[in-house]
Amino acid sequence: MTKTQNSLPARLLMAFLLATSLLTAGCSTVPVQVGDTLDEPVFSAERIVREDTDYVETFPDPWEGFNRTMYRFNYRFDRYVFLPAVSAYQAVMPDFAEKGVHNFFTNFRQISTLINSILQFEGVKALETTSRLLVNTTIGILGLFDWASPMGIPYHQEDFGQTLGVWGVGSGPYLVLPIMGPSSVRDGTGLLVDAVVRNEIRNEIVDLETWQEWTWTIVDAIDTRANVAFRYYETGSPFEYEWVRMLYSTKRQLDIEK
Amino acid sequence: MAAHSSMVNANMMSYRKLLLGLAAALLSSNALAYDFPIENRWKATVVGTPPDYRAELPEKIPLKKRRIEIFDREVPEALWHDQELRYSYALQKDPAPLVFLIAGTGASYDGGKNTNMGKAFYDAGFHIVSISSPTHMNFVVAANSTGVPGHAYQDAEDLYRVMETIWATLEDRIEVTDFYVTGYSLGGFNTAFVTRLDEERQVFNFRKALLINPPVRLYSSISMLDRMLENIPGGVDNFYQFYNRLVEEIGRVYKRADSVEIGEDFLYQAFNAVNPDNEELAALIGVSFRISSANMAYTSDLMTDFGYIKPANMIMTKNSSPGLMMPVAHRLGFTDFFHAYFFPYHQARDPSVTRSGLIEAMSLTDIEDYLRSAEKIEVMHNEDDIILAPGEIDFFPRVFGERAKIYPRGGHCGNMDYPDNVAHMIGVFQE
Repeated sequence: MTKTQNSLPARLLMAFLLATSLLTAGCSTVPVQVGDTLDEPVFSAERIVREDTDYVETFPDPWEGFNRTMYRFNYRFDRYVFLPAVSAYQAVMPDFAEKGVHNFFTNFRQISTLINSILQFEGVKALETTSRLLVNTTIGILGLFDWASPMGIPYHQEDFGQTLGVWGVGSGPYLVLPIMGPSSVRDGTGLLVDAVVRNEIRNEIVDLETWQEWTWTIVDAIDTRANVAFRYYETGSPFEYEWVRMLYSTKRQLDIEK
Repeated sequence: MAAHSSMVNANMMSYRKLLLGLAAALLSSNALAYDFPIENRWKATVVGTPPDYRAELPEKIPLKKRRIEIFDREVPEALWHDQELRYSYALQKDPAPLVFLIAGTGASYDGGKNTNMGKAFYDAGFHIVSISSPTHMNFVVAANSTGVPGHAYQDAEDLYRVMETIWATLEDRIEVTDFYVTGYSLGGFNTAFVTRLDEERQVFNFRKALLINPPVRLYSSISMLDRMLENIPGGVDNFYQFYNRLVEEIGRVYKRADSVEIGEDFLYQAFNAVNPDNEELAALIGVSFRISSANMAYTSDLMTDFGYIKPANMIMTKNSSPGLMMPVAHRLGFTDFFHAYFFPYHQARDPSVTRSGLIEAMSLTDIEDYLRSAEKIEVMHNEDDIILAPGEIDFFPRVFGERAKIYPRGGHCGNMDYPDNVAHMIGVFQE
């Protein structure tokens, strides 16, 4: 029975995705027209943009209505739940403890980097990541201290989405995940696979009660959010949704090539 | 013999003293020289002060980020997230002077430059209140009285209203000895008009104001910024190719880099590896300002339904995709905004407004007499600023005299984090 409890966060994520997709399936991204004919603006696209112009490549976004709705949901979740939780967490935790927790989760997540480096036949990365894990888990006391960095062992970040990308799997449509934010079908699947695998490995190592698993998941999430500077709707751009999609696309392309 | 040798010794001593004195004099005159490390004005503008040369600032100050409603009005549906104005403040425990900081074109209250200025002034014992540029989307939606930014006098009124509204929430909590105001780039330009307005309104009675790298004539500066995009090889139509090449070059550095984060340090590293030439640097600056102008013009169009880019009778919902309006917005520059939106908008409200009259009014020269006599206003600028036309820099010593401090290098705002400049900013307000 522990098996079903193990992937509780993952299952919750799936259920949430399903529910929201049902709720928002009908969202249209078409502007509303008042009157029979559309007024001509001073600068229309026909007048300004040459037809043979190339655009910066980005993910295809067939589910834009859903994605935009989810983008707004994430803003609200951020504003009313996530960021207040981060502030409370930072207020309660002494700085050194916060750092320790961050090191702990960073170290634990290196398991995914190790597995994915192996899956990508990246021998050097696999070796270096193994060294990091060994050093930080032992003399770093279960990862609370990061001794590997001052020792000069490089830090890598490889996930299952990148592995799929390396093996030629295309990104698939753009997908804004609840809470996690910008992603794609491939990368979202990758996140899920990595999380499930890490949880399985964790449960092989330690036997956690359900409330302990939840604490783990929540603190992991808060720590992750605390270390991402991005704030929804604060870029000062009315094209933020498009910029984020484009930059995410570019960043992932670079990650896969790295 | 002994007496003689001691006399020689004494002579030697005084000779040595003279040498030492000379060396000291040379050294101290050297210390007076300005050693900002970047000679190239384009590079200084893009890179700013290199990390090793920055003034030491506190890592953290007790900064509070807040939102405040300026107008009780409904904003367009697509801009629902900007009903309230975001700003920040950091307060001293004891009675202290307060500085308002106004950000530059398209920049936010929490952008890098306002953040660093805030740290410097807070560290020097000031309360600080940080405000976004009147051209920033959030300000246009939440705090612009008409929804059309860029008017020197109206922006000043809007800024003043914002300052008063924020001050009303703070006045019971802190004791302020004197008020100050400063801003960089367009924020410096705004500062001049705000200070002038304050002479009438007298709410703050600013003791001092500092304009950092302001334009002289807005129209001249926006024309120069628009033209910088012509440095994209093949023109703005080839932005796609330009972007791809940039990403490719950054990617090459990224693959070799230790870091997996694309942050400020990485970008600096990438910059040094790619080593762009002057044309590429100018193109980058042009792109950066073009993004600001696209954001500002499209936001304003949504606010007023003027019909500049968006058909006037088309309503953008929360979920609406801007589609081709996004590339259109980025094809148009500040000067397009001025001629096809800003000027007709103002002329429709006041038929006596002429194109050239409006251009002349959006300029520090329009309030030159006031600026000449206003002892409280000082200027910090750079000889090689890229937003000034040849000779425009002379306006400042001519009008402000000793109150204008002109540095030989730094490009546009590139030296704001340099120790001499930080010390000067603080010095002006601590006199």
